[in-house]
Amino acid sequence: MTDATVLDVSQDTRKSGRFLYVASVVFLCAWVIVPIYLLLINTLSSPEAVNSFPKSFIPEFDFGSLQFFAGFAGMLTALKNSVIVALMTMVMSIAIGAPAGYALSRFDFRGKELFRLLILLARAFPLPLLALPLAVMFIQTGLDDTAFGLALVHTTLAIPFAVLITFSLFSGIPIELEEAAWTLGCTRLTAFTKVVLPLILPGITASAIFAFVISWNEVFAAAVLTIENRTLTAFLLQNLDTSPLHLKFAGGFILVVPALIFIFAVRKYLFAMWGIANR
Amino acid sequence: MTLISKFAGAASAIALSCVAVAAQAEVLFWSTQAKPVEESQAMREQVLSGYTAGVDYQPNDGGPWITRLNAELQAGSGSIGLLGALHGDFSAMNPDDLVDLTDVGAMAKSATFNTLAKLGTDQMQYIPWMQASYIMAANKEALQYLPEGADIDALTYDQLIAWAAKVHEATGEAKFGFPAGPDGLKHRFFQGYLYPSYTNGVVRTFASDAAVTAWEKFAELWEHTNPASTNFSFMQEQLLSGDAWIVFDYTSRLAGAFNERPDDFVAFPAPAGPTGRGFMPVLAGVAIPRTAPDMEASMALVQYMLKPETQIATLRATNFFPVVDVALPDDLPASVQAAGAAIAKMSGAADANPGLLPAGLGDKGGDFNRVFVDTFERIILARQDIRTVLDDQKGKLAAIMTATGAPCWAPDAPSEGACPVE
Amino acid sequence: MNARVLPYVLILPVTLFLGLFFLYPFVLVAKQAFGSQEGWSLENFREVVDYWKFPISLRNTLLLAAAVVPVQLALALLMATMVSKMQKGRDLILYIWTIPLGISDLAAGIIWLAIFEQSGFLNSMLNGLGVIDKPVNFLTYQHPGVVFLAIALAEIWRATAIMLVILVAGIGLIPKEYYEAADVFGASKWKQFTRITLPMLRPSLQTALVLRVILAFEIFAVVAALGGTLFPVLMGETYAYQFDLLNSGAAAAMALIILGISIGFTLIILRILRVPKGASI
Repeated sequence: MTDATVLDVSQDTRKSGRFLYVASVVFLCAWVIVPIYLLLINTLSSPEAVNSFPKSFIPEFDFGSLQFFAGFAGMLTALKNSVIVALMTMVMSIAIGAPAGYALSRFDFRGKELFRLLILLARAFPLPLLALPLAVMFIQTGLDDTAFGLALVHTTLAIPFAVLITFSLFSGIPIELEEAAWTLGCTRLTAFTKVVLPLILPGITASAIFAFVISWNEVFAAAVLTIENRTLTAFLLQNLDTSPLHLKFAGGFILVVPALIFIFAVRKYLFAMWGIANR
Repeated sequence: MTLISKFAGAASAIALSCVAVAAQAEVLFWSTQAKPVEESQAMREQVLSGYTAGVDYQPNDGGPWITRLNAELQAGSGSIGLLGALHGDFSAMNPDDLVDLTDVGAMAKSATFNTLAKLGTDQMQYIPWMQASYIMAANKEALQYLPEGADIDALTYDQLIAWAAKVHEATGEAKFGFPAGPDGLKHRFFQGYLYPSYTNGVVRTFASDAAVTAWEKFAELWEHTNPASTNFSFMQEQLLSGDAWIVFDYTSRLAGAFNERPDDFVAFPAPAGPTGRGFMPVLAGVAIPRTAPDMEASMALVQYMLKPETQIATLRATNFFPVVDVALPDDLPASVQAAGAAIAKMSGAADANPGLLPAGLGDKGGDFNRVFVDTFERIILARQDIRTVLDDQKGKLAAIMTATGAPCWAPDAPSEGACPVE
Repeated sequence: MNARVLPYVLILPVTLFLGLFFLYPFVLVAKQAFGSQEGWSLENFREVVDYWKFPISLRNTLLLAAAVVPVQLALALLMATMVSKMQKGRDLILYIWTIPLGISDLAAGIIWLAIFEQSGFLNSMLNGLGVIDKPVNFLTYQHPGVVFLAIALAEIWRATAIMLVILVAGIGLIPKEYYEAADVFGASKWKQFTRITLPMLRPSLQTALVLRVILAFEIFAVVAALGGTLFPVLMGETYAYQFDLLNSGAAAAMALIILGISIGFTLIILRILRVPKGASI
């Protein structure tokens, strides 16, 4: 009898716990999605509806604003440039940043603190102020107005993320694991590629996502450093604030979509194979 | 594995982009004007498509615009062929960085504009390109509340306040709209409208007793101003949404409302105060930086921009009016017709008190504007005592004037040397 | 390669890269902050600090960071734990929660202004529910608290995902045996969280916090969209010096002040969440 009551109570708490859990997941999803949905409504509304009050919460599927951008000269080239710059930024920041993240987590060396400070400084100073000397340098060296040149600048922004994220992930992997591999005949390199690398794939993915979206959303350097090879952000975003409302929303929406597709494509690598995924 | 193949894909993309770099001989038109996407589209397709040698029209925010330009000037070589910007942007530049355009063979009709374009030198630093002004606009629903005996085309500030108060009372909402947002042009209202209308000056009379009255009146108007005005920068948005019924802004930033719903709104002249109906122009110009890659092509484009047909096309595209003699066609957009009529009434009014753009301030133009913006924020938003604020800000204004040595401009009485703050 | 040279080889590319594309322009700009007509001076710093808006923008920036970052940390931790426990639909939920990552601060400002403005979505909803009969003006100088709240909400919405992604990647590395063992000993979920998750997650927590705090002091676009002229922040003042007043010396001085604050807070976080060299089992 008493046993049964205890069982009931624990089942009850589990049930209510379960309910709370599901409810919070749903709430948090709504919290993220609703503002995006509102952007979508305004994107798919006629200019009159965008300015009306009270606003409808169901889109009227007016494609006028999107059509305007479809006919906007240079959109596709700009889109291509944006993707190229973002991918280059991604590859460079990881290739350059990950080794440093490994060094920070595995070794004590002189100047380590100074090096960490340098990484953080690079993130804590506003790029628009650095753009002038950078642009002068680029014009003099011929890097000006190339996708590669802009990717170099974006990589500077993304590197602190790449270094610090890979650092924290490497730090989470027991060094004994690597040492075990060495005793089993692996060299430092093979131990790294066979044992450590698979473990930090989520970290690499996270760094890749950051690099991609940082580059994708960066306006200022892109506006200054590209002319013929404008990125979509430089091409659109900096002109949106002065544009009529309905185009503001549609343009904002167009800029969001490619970044969302990218995150969707790589999302599953965010989970560690070793931790929660495979066991 | 898939990640690695993605990296491979990216690497090939890099290779592709290196091949794709191709040289083009178009003139790069680097502009701060006609920025909204529709306007830049119209600039490219309707205004510049007629220029056969090819133009790459690129509108920018002020920040990237000046940064890129300075970088090219510092590097000593550049790709910008033609600059398009406001008078104030050019006056902040080093005169040596702009090519002398005296002999380009194109000029504005107005001698005043041509003198302004010399920027205190003896050569044309830029060529006036297009002009606009600040006007008032109202939702037609507001007209029923106009105070008795008030003529909308000859309003006084007192009548405007009474009107805004009546609308406030009737609707329960403060519906005067003022562009006091971060990108709003509020400082121009004080410099070109409020001060000239109440003090017949801007610099000399900055801290005068008449100026105290002017700020008291503005504070009264603020009581009936939409309190969200500190977020407003483009009054067409609030006209269209109905958040504001009576607004002040410059013609391009009102155009959207008139073009979208021409029958719902009216444009009318700025109000008058004790010393007349103060108003000021907006003047944009084109200039050639000394680093332009092909001077001849740039000069040819300047000439093209000043042609009557181009000027009319520009008017349609941007709502900026021509600076050369042209006969305006009848089929202009609603915004242009409304604004044009309001400006004509304003400048033709018996009590018109036209002011000029600040001149001779060099790179202190921003500091000059800040004096007025700070005065506004302290008096109106922070509710500090008017006299105290004016006496405090007066020192800052005087320092700017002495540092630059800028002489007075209309409506201030002319000065020998730097314009004094009295 | 021996262990004394190897770390230097590994950090060499980053050092060279940042030296060329960050340190070189940074030194040029920083020099301007200390320059004036008569050689080296602190004139620019004095100028920006004496400006009446400086204390206000400093206070606003710090208050906002203090309000936003802890909430984001808690929220990101909660979301990361929830998502790592999920059996089904984990990919999808995590994807949804990371959506704001792809949205630039300018676009986020546009979206949230559309919600809070007078004829915006929030008023439309309240109106539809019959709570109000005419739209309320939220973003005005009469309600500085509401303006602050709106900015904080928009920032929490926009930038929590940055921390979430880092924490999710880190949580995945915690061996499941620890939790299994804890279950055997009957430790509560909360105890497992504080005794296993938090300590094991320290490197990722440190990184997430440091990056987020630095970004918090650079906040600008969302504030400008929602706060207008009512809510000056340090970065906005910096841009005003650089691009409105064309005073690059003062702008550089402001940027260095922001840099100093960021580095100060970073060092505190690094001290509190010290990470040992490589984790041990």
